[in-house]
Amino acid sequence: MSDGAQTVEVIRQHLIDPEICIRCNTCEETCPVKAVTHDARNYVVDPAKCNSCNECIAPCPTGAIDNWRRVDRQKAYTLDEQLSWDSLPAQQETDAGAVADTPLEVVQFTAEATAGQGGTAVPPWSAAHPYTNLYTIGRPALATVTGNFRLTADGASSDIRHLVLDFGGAAFPVLEGQTIGIIPPGLDAAGKPHHVRLYSVASPREGERPRYNNLALTVKRVTEDHEGKPVLGVASNYLCDRAKGDRVQVVGPYGTTFLMPNHPRSSLLMVCTGTGSAPMRAMTERRRRRIALNEGGELMLFFGARSPDELPYCGPLLKLPKEFIDINFAFSRVQGDPKRYVQDRIRERGADVVRLLDDPDSYVYICGLKDMEHGVDQAFRDACRAHGADWDRRLPELRAQGRYHVETY
Amino acid sequence: MTIDYSEKIPNNVDLAGNKTLQRALLHWQPEFLHWWADMGPEGTSNVDVYLRTAVSVEPKGWAHFDYVKMPDYRWGIFLAPAEADRKVNFGAHKGEPAWQEVPGEYRANLRRLIVTQGDTEPASVEQQRHLGLTCPSLYDLRNLFQVNVEEGRHLWAMVYLLHAHFGRDGREEAEALLERRSGDADNPRILGAFNEPTPDWLSFFMFTFFTDRDGKYQLCSLAESGFDPLARTCRFMLTEEAHHMFVGESGVGRVIQRTCEAMAASRTDDPATLRAQGVIDLPTIQRYLNLHFSVTMDLFGSDVSSNAATFYTTGLKGRFDETKIPDDHLLVGATYPVLEIRDGRLATAEAPALNALNEKLRDDYIRDATAGIERWNKIIEKQGVAFRLKAPHKAFHRRIGPLAAANIDPDGNVVSAAEWAASVDRWLPSAADRVFVASLMGRVAAPGRYANWIAPPARGINNQPADFEYVRFN
Repeated sequence: MSDGAQTVEVIRQHLIDPEICIRCNTCEETCPVKAVTHDARNYVVDPAKCNSCNECIAPCPTGAIDNWRRVDRQKAYTLDEQLSWDSLPAQQETDAGAVADTPLEVVQFTAEATAGQGGTAVPPWSAAHPYTNLYTIGRPALATVTGNFRLTADGASSDIRHLVLDFGGAAFPVLEGQTIGIIPPGLDAAGKPHHVRLYSVASPREGERPRYNNLALTVKRVTEDHEGKPVLGVASNYLCDRAKGDRVQVVGPYGTTFLMPNHPRSSLLMVCTGTGSAPMRAMTERRRRRIALNEGGELMLFFGARSPDELPYCGPLLKLPKEFIDINFAFSRVQGDPKRYVQDRIRERGADVVRLLDDPDSYVYICGLKDMEHGVDQAFRDACRAHGADWDRRLPELRAQGRYHVETY
Repeated sequence: MTIDYSEKIPNNVDLAGNKTLQRALLHWQPEFLHWWADMGPEGTSNVDVYLRTAVSVEPKGWAHFDYVKMPDYRWGIFLAPAEADRKVNFGAHKGEPAWQEVPGEYRANLRRLIVTQGDTEPASVEQQRHLGLTCPSLYDLRNLFQVNVEEGRHLWAMVYLLHAHFGRDGREEAEALLERRSGDADNPRILGAFNEPTPDWLSFFMFTFFTDRDGKYQLCSLAESGFDPLARTCRFMLTEEAHHMFVGESGVGRVIQRTCEAMAASRTDDPATLRAQGVIDLPTIQRYLNLHFSVTMDLFGSDVSSNAATFYTTGLKGRFDETKIPDDHLLVGATYPVLEIRDGRLATAEAPALNALNEKLRDDYIRDATAGIERWNKIIEKQGVAFRLKAPHKAFHRRIGPLAAANIDPDGNVVSAAEWAASVDRWLPSAADRVFVASLMGRVAAPGRYANWIAPPARGINNQPADFEYVRFN
């Protein structure tokens, strides 16, 4: 694969409906990045400036401002095009094909989650072809809960669960690294249906239980927001409270790039925190089930949590043979121990990390909270510097070769 | 800056820190509620309305939607965030720091500006108080009530300035704002347009499109004021004013849409045939447009005005988008074209720009209103109907300024009194037009249902579905 690999990047372009807009100037006045401008005819949004902060949405008296189209970044509607419109264009098919069917919130969430890798990446060359958008909000799949186990210790402050969903006779093919959407039932405070919530699949492609039509999710019960204020996550509490036999509405699958390589001797360098371990668990499990094939390649895992009690899949991980996977835990809240984060462990293991980065058959996966992104980037940079490599040159190469994948939230 | 709704008067001006002011406003508050009960929207004391309430003055806080009982709406005092180191941007004081207190020498003029603006707010509530009885849908009823409560809040905004900065005079003016009555022969509202009745929903939509747009231009000019509390107050009011113009533009647009649908379906442009189908023919809509446009023209004041010059030179009231205009912001020696009648025809003459500021604001307004009319024409075009709505000449049907003495037709020709009398029913709504429009006004109050003469909106408030119950009667 060459460095010039084409990436098809689909963006969610913000547009104003000229048929509904009353040209009151409120959006232009409100926009903190001056993305909104106008002429005598229309108000328009500069796709190069708009950062989807949504500050303009609530103040708009008409709702004209709340319009979005999925477009290939290279083909975003220009200001001149927007200024000439009498009405909004219909949603066009994008070069990424089926992506056009993806619910907008999924597109937006994915765009935010993958921002750390510099937009939509290319998948590993040997990745299997993923199915996407088989089930839509209008036509969701119905899955039956066949298992719901707590992964964290009883005394732990977080309640993380391993959920198994069975699709019965409905086809729901997934690959490791893909996500599915859950639609919580009922209406939100504004009387509208709840948004779709995305979860990474935690089981390998042939199912949590091989040859059964099922998959696993890792779900953390959300009881506070990013700032620590108490708030009950709608979907996570809904899922964590499901009993065996309950039915759940599922959409998707989604994701065409955060996928594992399939060729022999390919290696995985995985960095995750908390429930960001779900895709890592799926990939590791895929490799574990194929150990007997002796395909070669290494697995190196950096896994952060507050304490061993709160580390999902801790027990099963520790049972894996050392020669199969190189596990590096980092615990930030263990009494008597100094705080350690994944980035500390990456620096400590710098020599091996850089050796893997140098290997054209290695692939990097980062998944967890948004906060970790910067620290991990810095740790890779430090490790490279310490071992004679240049991260600023390496990173674009990794991206172009489909070897660097980020999903943070 | 979040608004504290646990306070009796929600505010973001630290009212609790100024006990004297708080007491004065707490004294005014029951009088306001009394006025609202007497003159506010009729029959709404026990109705739940899906209203937008500001919970903070930051963008995300402007639009909190929930059901509110109308009398429990929390009218409050909200100023837009202060701009650091703001300056007076025009006139003789240009470049000086903006005033946080009223400059003594401009006290009377400033008070007059605030009272004139403040008087329009309760006036429009009074003008519209019976409309709820003939609403064409719950969606429209909700929009009417939203407009009403926001006009009420705009009154609060002006009363706050009067109480906070004008002492006893200010308090007296605040009381007088609750005593004048729209259309009252003995104690009318200050400006003419605010004493006209708003008898039907077509008039209401026209009023919110044309007359509330005058409000926008006045507020924009006052938002440039060197008196910072006035500027900040008006800036926040503009966010609410935009909603009123939305109600007007989309309201008239939906009437036009429905009429054009009927025209296309029955392949006729005959007003009588269309009226028989219960829709409002386009020539009638044009006449309503002419009336509301011309009445609003008068609101900008005399074409040549020494008051306007004084307000500008002393830094009290700027031009629309003052800080975006690339000139010296002093206007000394500059000129601006105004209309006059010469040899029996309209002609332009150059007047000192300072004295022609009303005319300049009027022209800015006309550009904006005309663009809106063009958007209505797009609706007509889209339905394949050959008809164009048009703004009348700005000299048409004037009652204020030098043009008031003449009879000028919608195309700007000076006509005789006899010609005017013979044609006025083609130019302005006739008694028969009003009777017809009134005959269509029946109450439609089932969720998702709309009166026959108006199309449903393209999009619900806060994106709610078409059959959303915007108003709940208990």
